[in-house]
Amino acid sequence: MTKSIIHATNVGKTLGTGAAQVQALKHVDLSLDGGGMTLLMGPSGSGKTTLLSLLGGMLTPSEGTVEICGHSTEGADAEELAEIRRRYIGFVFQTFHLFPTLTAAENVQLALDVRGERGAMARARTREVLTKVDLVRKAESFPRQLSGGEQQRVAIARAVVAEPAVILADEPTAALDGVNGQAIMALLSAIAREPDRAVLVVTHDARLTGFADKVLHIEDGVLVPEAAPSSNVYRMRGSA
Amino acid sequence: MALVATLASRNLLQDRLRFVATLIGIVFSVVLVMVQMGLYLGFGRMVTTMIDHAPADLWIVSRGTKSFEDLSLLDTRIGDRVRTLAGVAAVVPVVIGFSAWQLPGGGMTPIFVVGSNIAAGGIAPWDIVNGSVQALSAAGHVAVDRTYFGRLDVTGIGAKTEIRGLPAQVAAVTDGIRSFTTTPYVFADLNSARSYIGLPASSASHLLVRLKPGADIGQVQSAIQAAVPNVEALTPAQFRTRSRSFWLFGTGAGAALFAGALLGVIVGTVIVAQTLYSSTKDHLYEFATLRAIGCSKGYIYTVIVLQALISAVLGFVIAAVIGFAIVAATAKTSLPIVITPSLLAALFLLTVAMCVGSAMVAISRVVRLEPVMVMAR
Repeated sequence: MTKSIIHATNVGKTLGTGAAQVQALKHVDLSLDGGGMTLLMGPSGSGKTTLLSLLGGMLTPSEGTVEICGHSTEGADAEELAEIRRRYIGFVFQTFHLFPTLTAAENVQLALDVRGERGAMARARTREVLTKVDLVRKAESFPRQLSGGEQQRVAIARAVVAEPAVILADEPTAALDGVNGQAIMALLSAIAREPDRAVLVVTHDARLTGFADKVLHIEDGVLVPEAAPSSNVYRMRGSA
Repeated sequence: MALVATLASRNLLQDRLRFVATLIGIVFSVVLVMVQMGLYLGFGRMVTTMIDHAPADLWIVSRGTKSFEDLSLLDTRIGDRVRTLAGVAAVVPVVIGFSAWQLPGGGMTPIFVVGSNIAAGGIAPWDIVNGSVQALSAAGHVAVDRTYFGRLDVTGIGAKTEIRGLPAQVAAVTDGIRSFTTTPYVFADLNSARSYIGLPASSASHLLVRLKPGADIGQVQSAIQAAVPNVEALTPAQFRTRSRSFWLFGTGAGAALFAGALLGVIVGTVIVAQTLYSSTKDHLYEFATLRAIGCSKGYIYTVIVLQALISAVLGFVIAAVIGFAIVAATAKTSLPIVITPSLLAALFLLTVAMCVGSAMVAISRVVRLEPVMVMAR
């Protein structure tokens, strides 16, 4: 890992108001560097998704600071946060969030379109990325015509097509069976090997730790000391 | 097609039933407005048809005359005085008034007589399909429109009857000179018309003034006003405006037409707003996903506005086809609906404004959208 892409310092987040107020995150310090995959693990309600949302510029911290590629999210308005996400972040969601009325290729191309990248170059780039995720033959298929694994691969293609510095994946294998889950993690792992790109995967599946270069644990909104990747049946790399 | 347009059109078509309901709402609204405004234009043209076809540079009318059909009377000696003014070439009296047409089978039907000295350049009937204008110079010769053959119980040229007990014969037949009051116009020579209406030779309803070449119309108008008290000298445009204003707004007819049009706009706006809002709500997670992947609000607004524009264009095209069918169907009626290119253009802009305005309701929902909502699903 060579280059710090996301830097969170003493981050806290309070959600809700009045009696329903909850301190979802407390004093989180975290640095996400390029060229590796980080797993963020923890039980339900531990603050994983809140932390991912903060690191992805979807939320701003109540306390502390988050810097994404040198841009602080502190005080940023909705449009400034959107620009940070557009320029630096690719998201992969648990339930894919593909557009049902668009084909696989159009879903991927949409990520370029919102960045103002259109025309033949955008189409060529889309095809290139669909080839990488082995879905070029299904480029004209609609999401309903694809399996869950294929839909998630389209979602990954959409996340990487604009070559963002960081990929944030929220439970990307939770809606998939074991084989498809493994394939998706292998794909994300391959993406994470690129030196200027970081991949952060939120999961509660301990079997996925083998894919990670770094594993973070979170409990009750607090990061607990880092654990070394363990060897298990899903481990794909022999570096540990 | 641009991807944003693809997304907008497919969002619309995803729920076809709702899209059809949207189109029906727009079509209903636009057709309603089109008919109301078409009636307004048609009525506006009908009430000025005599002024439009009169060969006059100026009209002399009694002070306060509201329209061509106003039955106020002038003394014909006014014409003698006006003829002496500089720039005046001719003054031709016109008489108008209601009378009664004797039906062959007994009974009478009301008519509206228009008479003037046709040989001297008075109001002559136009669009003659049978007979001639010259034939009207003979005493007792009249022109009627073939639309009213049934009402007058005549079959064409040569038909004889009595008007107010005086003999009359159809000597010319016109096509399309219909009265918005539904009372048939009957054209005759000045003296015959006076007899039919029961006016003395010293009276006229209006005086048509024609100017000498090069005469300044404004100066002549001022000279008439100065020379003759209790009359008004109006240009055809002024008389037209006054007539329209009286019939359309003085009688409340125009207000009723505008109220109908406004109702159409309100109905259309509500229907489009409701369907676009519900479509946007259905696609809320997709819009949130767009926001999550960094899309600007402007991009999302574009999707919604494009949906509104697609609905507007399709709805307008269907409405225009229906509108032209209505125009064709009413062309031969006493109150034809008129659709001009400028009305069509205005209606298109109104449709677009209505649909885009309706989109604001949907946009107001998206403005509050938090991209983080996609993480919880």
